[in-house]
Amino acid sequence: MKLFKIRGGVHPDDRKARSADRPIENLPMPSLLHIPLQQHIGAPAEPLVTRGQLVRKGQLLARSQGMISAPVHAPTSGRIVGIGRYPAHHASGLLVRTITLKPDGYDEWDDDCKGEADPFILAAEEIASRVAQAGIVGMGGATFPSAVKLNLRERYDLETLVINGAECEPYLTCDDRLMRERPHDVRDGVLLMARALGVSRILFAIENNKPQAQQAMREAAKDFSELQVVGLPARYPMGSEKHLVQALIGKETPARGLTAEIGVVVHNVATAAAVNDALRHGRPLISRVVTVTGGSVTQPRNLHVPIGTPLDDLIAYCGGFVDEPAKLISGGPMMGQPLPSLRVPVIKGSNGVLALSALEVRHAPEMPCIRCASCVDVCPCGLLPLSMSANIRAGSLEASVDLGLLDCIGCGSCAYVCPSHIPLVQHFNYAKGELAARQRAQHKQGETKRLIEARSARMEAIKKAKRDAMAKRKREMAAKKAAEAAAKVDGTQAAEAEA
Amino acid sequence: MTETALLSGPYAHEKTSVGRTMRLVIIALLPATAVGLFQFGWPAIYLFAVTVVSAVFAEALALWLMKKPQKPFLLDGSAVLTGWLLAMTLPPWAPWWIGVVGALLAIIVGKHVFGGIGQNLFNPAMVARVALLISFPLEMTQFLAPQPLLSAGAPGMLEGLAITFGGSAQIDAVSSATPLSHIKTELSRGIGVDQALQDTDSLWQLTVGTASGGLGETSALLLLAGGLLLIYLRVISWHIPAAMLGTLAVLAGVFHLVDPDSYSSPWFHLVSGAAMLGAFFIATDLVTSPVSVRGKLLFGAGCGALVFIIRTFASYPEGVGFAVLLMNACTPLIDHYLKPRIYGRDRKGEPLDYTKESGDA
Ligand code: SF4
Ligand code: SF4
Repeated sequence: MKLFKIRGGVHPDDRKARSADRPIENLPMPSLLHIPLQQHIGAPAEPLVTRGQLVRKGQLLARSQGMISAPVHAPTSGRIVGIGRYPAHHASGLLVRTITLKPDGYDEWDDDCKGEADPFILAAEEIASRVAQAGIVGMGGATFPSAVKLNLRERYDLETLVINGAECEPYLTCDDRLMRERPHDVRDGVLLMARALGVSRILFAIENNKPQAQQAMREAAKDFSELQVVGLPARYPMGSEKHLVQALIGKETPARGLTAEIGVVVHNVATAAAVNDALRHGRPLISRVVTVTGGSVTQPRNLHVPIGTPLDDLIAYCGGFVDEPAKLISGGPMMGQPLPSLRVPVIKGSNGVLALSALEVRHAPEMPCIRCASCVDVCPCGLLPLSMSANIRAGSLEASVDLGLLDCIGCGSCAYVCPSHIPLVQHFNYAKGELAARQRAQHKQGETKRLIEARSARMEAIKKAKRDAMAKRKREMAAKKAAEAAAKVDGTQAAEAEA
Repeated sequence: MTETALLSGPYAHEKTSVGRTMRLVIIALLPATAVGLFQFGWPAIYLFAVTVVSAVFAEALALWLMKKPQKPFLLDGSAVLTGWLLAMTLPPWAPWWIGVVGALLAIIVGKHVFGGIGQNLFNPAMVARVALLISFPLEMTQFLAPQPLLSAGAPGMLEGLAITFGGSAQIDAVSSATPLSHIKTELSRGIGVDQALQDTDSLWQLTVGTASGGLGETSALLLLAGGLLLIYLRVISWHIPAAMLGTLAVLAGVFHLVDPDSYSSPWFHLVSGAAMLGAFFIATDLVTSPVSVRGKLLFGAGCGALVFIIRTFASYPEGVGFAVLLMNACTPLIDHYLKPRIYGRDRKGEPLDYTKESGDA
């Protein structure tokens, strides 16, 4: 298939070889699971269980709340030992609401978890609703509730489903392994999603650095003419949703819009496998494949892990550290988040745990910008990272917004090539956070102002009503007086006339 | 220089640094420099050394005055490169103080007055060169025919010292105009280009570097090779050199076609003077050139056009320094108006609207 050119991009050392040939292994059940109530974008789930309660594998622990939310299920059978606060799988390490479950070792399924022998007879709405019930979210790291995306058919004219198997982040191999080991499950999940979306064209995009995965998926897809496996040149950030779509269909998604506006919905490989499991076997999203790798990890591996497993257990299973890691990261090295500690649990969006050595991070002291334009050349969004960063440093966030700050996808290509080692993405994230905070403050201020204005308008209205009433009374009085006077005159005249 | 704890990615980095960039440029300059030093012998070697050392000294002084840390900025190689580029454009047998004054002008006035590395509006080496040319027109225009090292008649180590440091008048004996200024003089005397060309260095001499000219400007071929290396290593992009040389060649070509007697050929323009050095190493100076592709093309074309205009119509025989400085002044403007198009937006910055184009999509 002919591909379209996308702008910029970099070729980081992919270092996938360390874990790419390790088959997925099941991690032994940990002694405690910490299941956060918010593992997705949107409102946190609302707990339905109480402390001390016994639950079975797959049982609903917390229900979704609101339009954009996702439920949470028990990854195994056991006892709820706590519903409280636990460090989040996030750079901040903030305490978030978390259900703690002590596995009983039996791993018994809940009776309600029943699949459909032939899920392809289900109607589109039914597929989407089961995906919602299974708590499936975008597993490439975005964690947007998948069912919401499957329901986009109601609002947009959709033509194409794109499956993102680019896995363009260095190090990560979990999607690669899934495609190699479970191509039929992935394929069925993809076909089910296409059915839910009502599209007849599916483009399954896999970077050319994964020939075995391409081969396996082509093999699995060969009887399905609507499903086409497309090889992509290995380049970061090929897996950025909007750029992937552009490379495949040649159209840019309008700024600040959705790919659905140009008729395309993008889903991830692991999400597809999860959809298959949910519909065919009735299994909600309670586990996932995580790549554990990095220069400091003794034996890099791909692990199939129950949600809620502390990262400590993953590292221990991989033989611990060779040396003190310089950086612990959740996700890939380009867009991943630093981890505050290894106590935090695996969540639905965790695709990788990286323990990087200092040599890999190549951190260096920051120098002044030499205007080399490398950042401009590699930015896939056509931005001027050097100018945005200079403006942010100078404190004028508005100027950086005018330069397109809000169109930045935070891919990190610019910071990756900067010879002066300027932490450009850090500046952008700071500015985006600050702007969001200001907007919230302004909203609040606006609200207050609106209330005050409404009140003064009300007072004004009351005053006006009073004034009007007064004026009316005065007018009436005057009219009466005039009438009386006139009557008098009339009377006099009449009298005169009589006289 | 600040040490920041990284809270945001990426947690990987390409093997680049400011120092590496500067080192690669220096490596690309080496062959042409070596030929220049060999052609003009000991005095050139002394002048070159004095200029580079003075530049580093000036940098240290400026850093000390500005209370900036010495080590990272001295080690980044930018001062060496500035001194180096300046030396390349000097008359090879110029007295030592030309190098010292030039280096001080370049580093202090051209760079640190603006705020140090990355902040300067003008190319420091060209600031110094043009200032020297205006202040010391005599010393800055005394060129000579090559006196290759060890060749008969070439000054030895000690004689060289006398020429560079002792004010020896030996240069008068060997001085020879550069081809560009020779042609300019001859044209003003009413002699045609064709004839004038016969008494000066041949195109071939200009190409390989055995002609009269600036210390490191003469070997067009090696400068071209160094420039191509930098493009290959992606230290510079091809846009500025291509636009600059292309514009120069096209303008020269048109005029030459119309009146070959009064205007030199494009080939002559490309290989003479500082055209090659300017196109690959001076106009492409990262700090003072635009950042977008379209900006670079415009900048390069502007340099090329100005070089041609100055060489042809102004009173100076060579115009690379002036051309680059003039275009440097335009860089902020070019950067402001020629930005890359943002993904998902049209050139005006509005989000793409497909309904407008096709009506139904
Ligand atoms: S992080 Fe933003 S500015 Fe930097 S390259 Fe990516 S999109 Fe461009
Ligand atoms: S890559 Fe770094 S040094 Fe180069 S222009 Fe961008 S911010 Fe400046």
